[in-house]
Amino acid sequence: MSDDRLPAKPDAHGEDDGYGGDLVLADPAGDPVADPGLEPHEDRITDIDPDAATRVERQVATMFGLATLLTIAFVVAYFAIDKDTVVWIGPLRTNALNLTLGMTLGLALFLIGAGAIQWAKKLMVDKEIVEHRNPVHTSEADQAEMLKEFNAGTAESGFTRRKLIRRSLIGALGVLGIPPIIMLADLGPPPGRRLFETVWTEGIRVVNDVTLRPLRPSDMVIGQLVNGLPANLQELAEEDHTEYLNAKAKAAVILVRIRPDQITPLPGRENWGVDGILCYSKICTHVGCPISLYEQVTHHVLCPCHQSTFDLADNAKVLFGPAARPLPQLPIMVDSEGYLAAQSGFHEPVGPSFWERGERG
Amino acid sequence: MATKFAPPVQYIDDRVGIGKPFFRHALRKVFPDHWSFLLGEIALYSFIVLILTGTFLTFWFKPSMTEVEYQGSYELLRGLHMSEAYASTLDLSFDVRGGLLMRQVHHWAAILFVAAMMVHMLRIFFTGAFRKPREFNWLIGFGMLFLGIIEGFIGYGLPDDLLSGTGLRITQGMIQASPVIGTWLSFFIFGGEFPGNDMVPRFFIVHVLLIPGLILALVTVHLILVVYYRHTQYPGPGRTNRNVVGYPLYPVYTAKAGGFFFVVFGVTALMGALLQINPVWLYGPYNPAEVTAGSQPDWYMGWLEGSVRLMPGFETQILGVTLSWNLIIPALLVPPAFVTLVALYPFIEQWVTGDKREHHLLDRPRNQPTRTGVGVAFMTFYGVLWLAGGNDLIATHFGISLNNVTYVLRVLVFVGPVLAFWVTRRICIALQRADIERLLHGLETGVIVRTPDGGYYEKHAPIDKFETYTLTLHENQVPQELGPETDENGVAAPRRALRKLRVKMSEFYYADNVLKPTRHELEEARAHAEHAHDDGHHAVEDVTGDEQLDTTTREVEAGSGRDH
Repeated sequence: MSDDRLPAKPDAHGEDDGYGGDLVLADPAGDPVADPGLEPHEDRITDIDPDAATRVERQVATMFGLATLLTIAFVVAYFAIDKDTVVWIGPLRTNALNLTLGMTLGLALFLIGAGAIQWAKKLMVDKEIVEHRNPVHTSEADQAEMLKEFNAGTAESGFTRRKLIRRSLIGALGVLGIPPIIMLADLGPPPGRRLFETVWTEGIRVVNDVTLRPLRPSDMVIGQLVNGLPANLQELAEEDHTEYLNAKAKAAVILVRIRPDQITPLPGRENWGVDGILCYSKICTHVGCPISLYEQVTHHVLCPCHQSTFDLADNAKVLFGPAARPLPQLPIMVDSEGYLAAQSGFHEPVGPSFWERGERG
Repeated sequence: MATKFAPPVQYIDDRVGIGKPFFRHALRKVFPDHWSFLLGEIALYSFIVLILTGTFLTFWFKPSMTEVEYQGSYELLRGLHMSEAYASTLDLSFDVRGGLLMRQVHHWAAILFVAAMMVHMLRIFFTGAFRKPREFNWLIGFGMLFLGIIEGFIGYGLPDDLLSGTGLRITQGMIQASPVIGTWLSFFIFGGEFPGNDMVPRFFIVHVLLIPGLILALVTVHLILVVYYRHTQYPGPGRTNRNVVGYPLYPVYTAKAGGFFFVVFGVTALMGALLQINPVWLYGPYNPAEVTAGSQPDWYMGWLEGSVRLMPGFETQILGVTLSWNLIIPALLVPPAFVTLVALYPFIEQWVTGDKREHHLLDRPRNQPTRTGVGVAFMTFYGVLWLAGGNDLIATHFGISLNNVTYVLRVLVFVGPVLAFWVTRRICIALQRADIERLLHGLETGVIVRTPDGGYYEKHAPIDKFETYTLTLHENQVPQELGPETDENGVAAPRRALRKLRVKMSEFYYADNVLKPTRHELEEARAHAEHAHDDGHHAVEDVTGDEQLDTTTREVEAGSGRDH
């Protein structure tokens, strides 16, 4: 039985051979057969037949040769083909330059690789070599030697003896960790009340998010859903684009018109709509995707990101999915000129939850 | 043949000493050959492709969220206001020659990079290559996989198109939901409210410098350790724990591995030419009030997305603070816990089995039925979450209810891994039995022999010594024993409860394993086979009888290990 077949066994002399001889190997069945040694080498056709070897040599050279031609074709295509040219391959349309550059470069690279591999597999000597392997951990003698050197170094430095130096150094290095951390403080402004507020306030009209025109109740038929924005958002777009996007990420709303007898408002919300027109935040209360899939018959909206489903007739209650809270509702009215406008801002923060959400301002 | 370096080589030798034995041995370093060892190479090579194509992209990409009016050659978006990041991505796609190719190769290589790392990790897991002394390398590999996934996700967020912005919005929502620090963390990462003006430039530097630098450092250590330990090898004749059998680095692996780099690069280039990916011009610039139905992240984010989609919605408001369990559990607790469990698996297994020895011979997965079962259970858990990440697409493609898909997956995420574990383990044990069958009764020849008295039997031929050796090379595994309650001095052995747990777990690991045949059994079977040739009639009955006897004895033997 070859003693190195099983790693657990102490070697023939019963010493720790570095492979964990201290552990008794549970192996009641024993080793059934001895290691027969490497299987005999089988000659490849290219080892025996010089013609076959020549054939492979030609194959490899052809691949390398084609790769050269393809690379030249790449260079030619780069200059010859207009970047806007379109080609049709059957029903598929693609950019001619992208196709040609990619095909020539890809095939050239592939052929260089395939040629090299073919060369290695068919022509290079394939006799297996056995290399000895030593255990990773060091011998006791080496360990003793290492410790001697290390201890000598430690003693020479006096690191363990001179406590004052050691402690003051550790203290100095420890404090040095603070500046890099506090220097990150200006990464962002403190949140303040920003997540609690939107640009909606009393009297702000709801405008269509594409035409940006204010809406009258008569513009909406029953069953219709319109994406809305606050009328004052556009001013921000002119002066500060970043603030505009931040405000839009909170202020986007959906307007929906439902038959009034199907609506079941919560107590206190009876007057939040206008003739069955209700207005909700468009921002999902889960992680903040804009809710966008509306099912007219059931008056449900579904968030395309994680499929939270809300019932717009029932105060945007969650019917399904990972969202935990209804969409906040914006109370609306008809202003003096007959347009839909907010009675007030939202009565709760819009969008995804956050730790301080329950705080009163 | 020359015995002295030529002058240019001598010039280098004078400065580096390349004639030293260290370099000489490195030149002919032996690596074993197996297709499964290529998986890690694919990961390495696609990383190199990523660096090359990514560098090209940085020459044109402008990591800025400043608003510009697009005036490039893509007519459908001309005149639209968008960030510079998105506009420069359009320029790369339409106005820089080869830019679209490099973008697409970059994206495909990223997808391949993560996939190759993950499959490589599965190979390491199922063959037990993570065992001592390679635990550190397992952790380093895990670190790279983790960084690679973050790197890919951030890269996907850079073009500032509608899809990437949606992905970032989801991430921001999850960060914001973190207990205590969520709001502040989100404001610090995004430089204020979402989307703000800072995310693209910040993520850009993380994407092109910080994470690639970390991955490069880890790759270096990973490869140094691979060479330092010498590669593991599959069990077989002449292959032991004390050697490595294979071909030399120069010339065989120089040609094979070098060639394989070109193959990987070539294939990603062909994908970039033929398979469109992330056509950002179709999505339009990011707008926080818009989203596309059927939005999907790149494949490696799918399981996290699924985890969030499966979670029922609930949160608690207590003492003025909000705890969003619908995000804390599926995004902040479960994925890190799962990843930690897989990362620590080598240490858990080592503790359970008590195996503290070095291993350089790989396991065949069937010979480790419990580990293989656990691995497939992990894959099933991951796979169910991944499917859940596409629950809407499953529903629309198969015309079934989205809600039902979600309900079924909610159950499967718990039941699936348990079932998968049990089935896999039984399959492994059955395969072990099939090996024993092959060892004791040889292989079926397909030759039917008719005996003088009219019976029929199929001739079995014995397998050769090489295969016999390969099939009996693994260790028999038996559970650990508890040991006496007190030591020889009558003092109670410490930490008995912990050791009891360990014995229980090691029974779970090993108690049902099949023991390999002993030399005696093999010799008897061989003798019996020869006897059968003389008198086939008996052989028919005996063979069947033996089969049943064998398995039952084995069960008893294995089971009896449990009672000690």
